[in-house]
Amino acid sequence: MLHAEGLAALRGERLVFERLSFAVPAGGALLLVGPNGSGKSTLLRLLAGLLRPDAGRLTWGGEDVLADPQEHAARTAYLGHLDAIKPGLTAAENLRFWGTEAAIATALAAVDLTRLADLPARMLSAGQKRRLAIARLPLARAALWLLDEPTLGLDAKAVGRFGELLALHRAGGGIVIAATHLPLPLPGAAELALV
Amino acid sequence: MTRLLARELRLSLRHGGDTLAALLFFLLVAMLFPLAIGPSPETLGRIAPGIIWVAALLAALLPLDRLLAADLEDGSLDLLLLSGLHPATLAAGKAIAHWLVTGLPLLLCAAPLAIMLRMPDAAIPALLLGLLGGTLVLSLLGTAAAALVLGARRGGVLMPLLILPLAAPVLIFGAAAADAASADLSPRPHLLLLAAFLAFTLPTSLAAAAAGLRGAAEN
Repeated sequence: MLHAEGLAALRGERLVFERLSFAVPAGGALLLVGPNGSGKSTLLRLLAGLLRPDAGRLTWGGEDVLADPQEHAARTAYLGHLDAIKPGLTAAENLRFWGTEAAIATALAAVDLTRLADLPARMLSAGQKRRLAIARLPLARAALWLLDEPTLGLDAKAVGRFGELLALHRAGGGIVIAATHLPLPLPGAAELALV
Repeated sequence: MTRLLARELRLSLRHGGDTLAALLFFLLVAMLFPLAIGPSPETLGRIAPGIIWVAALLAALLPLDRLLAADLEDGSLDLLLLSGLHPATLAAGKAIAHWLVTGLPLLLCAAPLAIMLRMPDAAIPALLLGLLGGTLVLSLLGTAAAALVLGARRGGVLMPLLILPLAAPVLIFGAAAADAASADLSPRPHLLLLAAFLAFTLPTSLAAAAAGLRGAAEN
């Protein structure tokens, strides 16, 4: 489980947030809510280990995550604002780095992109690119999913399928932490309000 | 690591134009010298190692601009840093990919170019051996510099200013090896110094690149 204690982050000279404490148990979910600029994305990058906290401690199963950043990175799957999709590669090739052929086929089926697997990613619409980025989450086989506005641009059907992925991940003991302004299919999620 | 290399090479092949541009630049720059200096074999043969070395150095700089910046802009860099690979391993993968896509083709084109510039046949092996080490050093230095200027405005301008002074020893020993071989002297000491420089660059540039990548993610 993930445990944060008194986290604080500075961006430049500005204090984004301080004294942030929360715990997420295995199979749990946490929704980060708050107005634009309240530090939701900063907190997600901090939880991923991409940023260092300026104060406080972040532990996973009792161990400080900064003690072994590579190990923390390996158990983290991060979906940022940007889709990180290379337009020149096909949908399936974009995932090749993250898993085996069979796993990629399953992941593409989970986001309903099987039909478009061999299409160059530049031909995909914004929502389809988002779905392709989402397909990377199960491929990473990570226990901690950090999602930044994951459903931006998705239609209702795709959000439903994304809900199934989230439920499957949580049923396996995975943790989901998501920042969003849109309703997410995360039943029983705790909320953390940033101001 | 193999997956990272496969990804980089697939991307380079798909953007074949960028890959070919560096090679064509190398050939064209080297071909401009006979036009400017005149085709006299004595003059050309004398300065051929210098021409090839400077042209290779400049050509190797061209693709560095996009080597890491493209991944930063589309968010891939965050994901690569979170893939569980150490940032230094990531940098090593990028450097190897840069060498395979830019350094190796330059090396392959250098021999016909040397013949065209009337370099003595005996000097060509020394030139190629020097270029082998030299292009490796350039890929390493280039990856480090590309990582360090990540996120900086006008990073593309800053990068050659960082790399060129550091690459000076490569140029000196590499061209000297070919010159020595042209003059029937042993190129061995120059090549050994070049190899020593490569051994020094390998750990230092990977450490610098790793720090640069981590810093870029924090911004």
